[in-house]
Amino acid sequence: MDIAINTGNSRYQVDKNGYYGRFGGAYIPEMLYPNVEELQSQYLSILSDPSFQQEFEALLTDYVGRPSPLYFAKRLSEKYKANIFLKREDLNHTGAHKVNNTIGQILLAKRLGKNRIIAETGAGQHGVATATVCALMGLECVVYMGSIDIERQAPNVARMKMLGATVVPATSGSRTLKDATNEAIRDWINNPVDTHYILGTAAGPHPYPDMVARFQSVISEEIKKQLLAKTGSENPDYVVACIGGGSNAAGAYFHYLDREDVKLVAVEAGGKGVHSGFSAATTQLGTIGIIHASKTLLMQTSDGQITEPHSISAGLDYPGIGPMHAHLYESGRAQFLSATDDEALAAAYELSLLEGIIPAMESAHALAKLKDLPLKKEDVVVVCLSGRGDKDLETYIRHMNK
Amino acid sequence: MQNRIDQLFAKKQHGVLNIYCTAGFPELNDTLPVMTALQQHGADLIELGMPFSDPLADGPVIQDSSTRALKNGMSLHTLFEQLAGFRNTIQVPVILMGYFNPVLTYGVEAFCAKCAEVGIDGIIVPDLPMAEYENEYKPVFEKYNLHLIFLVTPETSEARIRKIDSLSKGFLYAVSSSSTTGKDKDMNDQQAYFERLKELQLSNPVLIGFGIKDKATFDAATAHANGAIIGTAFIKAIENSRNIDETVKSFIETIK
Repeated sequence: MDIAINTGNSRYQVDKNGYYGRFGGAYIPEMLYPNVEELQSQYLSILSDPSFQQEFEALLTDYVGRPSPLYFAKRLSEKYKANIFLKREDLNHTGAHKVNNTIGQILLAKRLGKNRIIAETGAGQHGVATATVCALMGLECVVYMGSIDIERQAPNVARMKMLGATVVPATSGSRTLKDATNEAIRDWINNPVDTHYILGTAAGPHPYPDMVARFQSVISEEIKKQLLAKTGSENPDYVVACIGGGSNAAGAYFHYLDREDVKLVAVEAGGKGVHSGFSAATTQLGTIGIIHASKTLLMQTSDGQITEPHSISAGLDYPGIGPMHAHLYESGRAQFLSATDDEALAAAYELSLLEGIIPAMESAHALAKLKDLPLKKEDVVVVCLSGRGDKDLETYIRHMNK
Repeated sequence: MQNRIDQLFAKKQHGVLNIYCTAGFPELNDTLPVMTALQQHGADLIELGMPFSDPLADGPVIQDSSTRALKNGMSLHTLFEQLAGFRNTIQVPVILMGYFNPVLTYGVEAFCAKCAEVGIDGIIVPDLPMAEYENEYKPVFEKYNLHLIFLVTPETSEARIRKIDSLSKGFLYAVSSSSTTGKDKDMNDQQAYFERLKELQLSNPVLIGFGIKDKATFDAATAHANGAIIGTAFIKAIENSRNIDETVKSFIETIK
């Protein structure tokens, strides 16, 4: 299990200035320059250090429980008349793919000599994954979470607290993931020396999008090996993932980026409908701008004010996407679709009843688009099942009673 | 015409008072009355904040002023409408401070052209990095005789300060401590940093900002620099003001 380091001259990987095509960069205030510069200048050498890789691999194996299974979903395949595999990130310790990145970043933080960790969280999955690794390493942990998300993701808030983290409500703006991220960045500005910011998605200033994608790339590394063993080819016809900021998608696509015969499908949160005014479908509604120090596509007014997105899923409720994904969209390398709240709910019920797996609301968005892909019966489709649905039970129960 | 910021520092090198206020705050049409009062009662420089939905480098007070201004209906288009003709009555240098996204969305060249048209002298964009400015935007700002003012912090290395000094025009904005705006940090702890800046003999004048809130902090800052910038304390003073002119007058009296 190697962290991808030597990626050569990919058209889709980050360039030496931190850009993916015209997207990316580090639009940070000077107060953050030392922190970000330290990461930029050191992350590649730390990640490629054999002792770092050994430690990372050992924790992923023994602590997280990797490799996560690649499961052939027989009844789902019968329904959609194709060969559908689920990459079971939901079976990871803490219940989602997020922990791959937090393990990597906590090891990095230790090597940088940091003793305090901050993070933002939307659905709470990244917050829980961060609180978990902080407990594991004995480091102080502060998690910023939108006050609206604190209400709709109560079980994850309780988990973070039990793991010893301080959960700070973000009460500015839309009081969701965007604002939690703002608060985490402000904390970092105020604590420039001892604190590492474990950003949870493939967004933010360079090198975060690349660093997070590299830590998550274990997903596609495993898919290749597992698919080869199961089908005789390491390359599927489709890789499908949901996308908020884009970390599980970045990991699921990573080793396929330059295999143009593998179709990459990104599913955004359509909310109540892309043009309903309550949506988080960034590529359809967004324009180029700066969000969280990255030049990328984001939802904004004609005056450049960032707008408030909507999704039933707190993890996709973000008005931007990571710069790698903006580039995949603009270059046509990935196909971007969107699933509405209702489509995602229906897909969550379907997977539960057909396969006995209750998916996270986020992952259900990816499943919801199986019906819209022009699948042939010999097609091999990998859906990244990024997380489990325990945290969403309240939403599911509410829907069940309707 | 020589840039008004340069004119100011040519005749005044000590105790320069720069006051920040968010445009369209406390009410939408208070922008000009606040500016007029600031000039009238002795501010040497005016820094006008362009409100933004996600002001990353600001503490709660300036964030709230930004949110309120946006609710009031403030936008860059409205701001430029308000500023049309302001040079008929206001002579002090005026700087626009704001985040890069609204400027990028407006169009960097269109923004600079409009600033020049209404009579703006300088721009502070805290999230426009030096390298991006140098590679892409410097000629545009220079074409319109707009001074881009960069920030330095106690954590900025000497080599980087010199580089920033070489790219900055007008003055350097020395952030007194590594923080968002409006944080209380002990000014005495910052003395060594201020001394260090002074010893570097930079080509630009230096104004100190963040945490300057009263006479004591203003005097401490200006002992080591050409002047200081007050933001959060001023926003607090005027947020519930019933008489802008009176409030501005008494606020500045407590500083000077």
